[in-house]
Amino acid sequence: MSLHQKSVAELSAGLTAGEFSSRELTQYFLDRISAHDGALNSFVTLTAEQALAQADAADATRKAGDAGPLTGVPVAQKDIFCTEGVRTTCGSRMLENFIAPYTATVVRNMEQAGCVMLGKTNMDEFAMGSSNETSYYGAVKNPWGVEQNLVPGGSSGGSAAAVAGGLAPAATGTDTGGSIRQPAAISNLTGLKPTYGRCSRYGMIAFASSLDQAGPLAKSAEDCALMLGAMAGFDTADSTSVDAPVPDYTAMLSEPMKGRKLGLPKEFLSDAVDPETREATDNALAAYRNMGAEIVEISLPNMHLSVPTYYVVAPAEASSNLARYDGVRYGHRAEGVENLEDLYKRSRGEGFGAEVQRRIMVGTYVLSAGYYDAYYLKAQQVRRLISDDFVKAFEQVDAIIGPTTTGPAFAIGELVDDPVQMYLNDIFTIAANLAGLPALSMPAGFSGGKPVGVQLIGKVFDEAGILNAAHQFQQVTDFHRAMPEGYK
Amino acid sequence: MEFTTEQLRSVAQLARLELSESDVELYSRNLTDILGMVEQLSAADTEGVTPMAHPLDMTQRLRPDAVTESNQRETFQALAPDTEDGHYGVPRVIE
Repeated sequence: MSLHQKSVAELSAGLTAGEFSSRELTQYFLDRISAHDGALNSFVTLTAEQALAQADAADATRKAGDAGPLTGVPVAQKDIFCTEGVRTTCGSRMLENFIAPYTATVVRNMEQAGCVMLGKTNMDEFAMGSSNETSYYGAVKNPWGVEQNLVPGGSSGGSAAAVAGGLAPAATGTDTGGSIRQPAAISNLTGLKPTYGRCSRYGMIAFASSLDQAGPLAKSAEDCALMLGAMAGFDTADSTSVDAPVPDYTAMLSEPMKGRKLGLPKEFLSDAVDPETREATDNALAAYRNMGAEIVEISLPNMHLSVPTYYVVAPAEASSNLARYDGVRYGHRAEGVENLEDLYKRSRGEGFGAEVQRRIMVGTYVLSAGYYDAYYLKAQQVRRLISDDFVKAFEQVDAIIGPTTTGPAFAIGELVDDPVQMYLNDIFTIAANLAGLPALSMPAGFSGGKPVGVQLIGKVFDEAGILNAAHQFQQVTDFHRAMPEGYK
Repeated sequence: MEFTTEQLRSVAQLARLELSESDVELYSRNLTDILGMVEQLSAADTEGVTPMAHPLDMTQRLRPDAVTESNQRETFQALAPDTEDGHYGVPRVIE
């Protein structure tokens, strides 16, 4: 088995057994990136020199007998995380020359766990998008369909393409409405959005602060468990970080599914779901039944309101968060301006792309005088209804299961002119963000030869429970081991 | 509801975004569609429902009132497009 086919857990074992050094492993992935990223465009910035230095340090740590499971494992960081001394663009022209003055806590935690950073991955601008097409640094191609111009999903599209193409063993992402799970689903990866507050948002460039959460994209649930263990933790620098110990997420992976109750919301089986995605979901349900789990039909009656709720709450928070980009303190500044207002308007007009401008304006409108109650307050009330549906559902079941998306990857350009259709990509993923719940997507089969995923949503802080359920599924299936032609 | 180009220009002004005429046309169509989709919310019965501002029932943490940050003016101003004597440079505001 080649190194890029191995999981993080397998690479970790190889490092421990001395089969290869971290330097060799890091160089191997840097070479994979050189060979394949011209076609994929999954990285915005490579940090080869620093990566090799980190690899040497990891090898020394290992020699000294101080290695943890991730010591010397190369990873890719989504370019939304600030990395001191390294350009951090957030996929935007606004931050084209932004060298972060400090490092995000998630990245710092991973450095302390011994991870090697290969580079910064491409993403939708300010994490706003479901296809990676809104990036100022160009669209990313899904290794499952380079010739068909398939999108890798978004906003963590670069991270998804890099891991799916074997250019990195694992990567970080962020998920505000599905930005880890949707790309994971359509790129044949396992991707986890933890409970709100589980990973620090310090140094993670803000989009919608009551929804944003960092998490891993990897080849398996076991890898996600290893990654989350390193990423998560209390951080005084984030006022919404939760002060609770980080469990060993790998410890519970082997628990049997017998007697576990999985809820299937009838709202997840709408006509919008393509037949093969539906079939993949049915097969997953059958696999769980075979393992002794019970599938219980449930209802999340306000589920259909999650997309409209999100497109009030998220743009409102975004319009406020993105007000900081004024062309004065950092970021893009327009040339030849007439006055201060002209400086603001032209810097923002030039620095932000179309999708970001659209959302800033939606947010500005719904928060403007006279409209606040009708839009923002109403959306916050419906958010409560959606959250209450989950509270009721979890009285009956241990976790919720359904398709992650309505279908497989679409082609670049297919939805770009129709924002509302693009937004419906996240129809099954948004509710978990609104309610703050942990949720993951795992490979579950193929539709027209393109990967599709199944989603598991857990109770608050029950990342271990859904990782366990996904790991058990991956013990009886091998979808997660499939790699795309040309990248095997 | 149609989101008019006039409304769009007013929102762009509030958001301090300079737009081209073709953008104004396109965005007003987009916002008509997006706000049309959002209209679904009005059908929900939210009588007496407490708005949810935060996904977890948490209260803001307090910390001791101690100095923890040091001055990093030079580090931060190194990122700025225009600085002078420790100040940020902008076009003249007062004539």
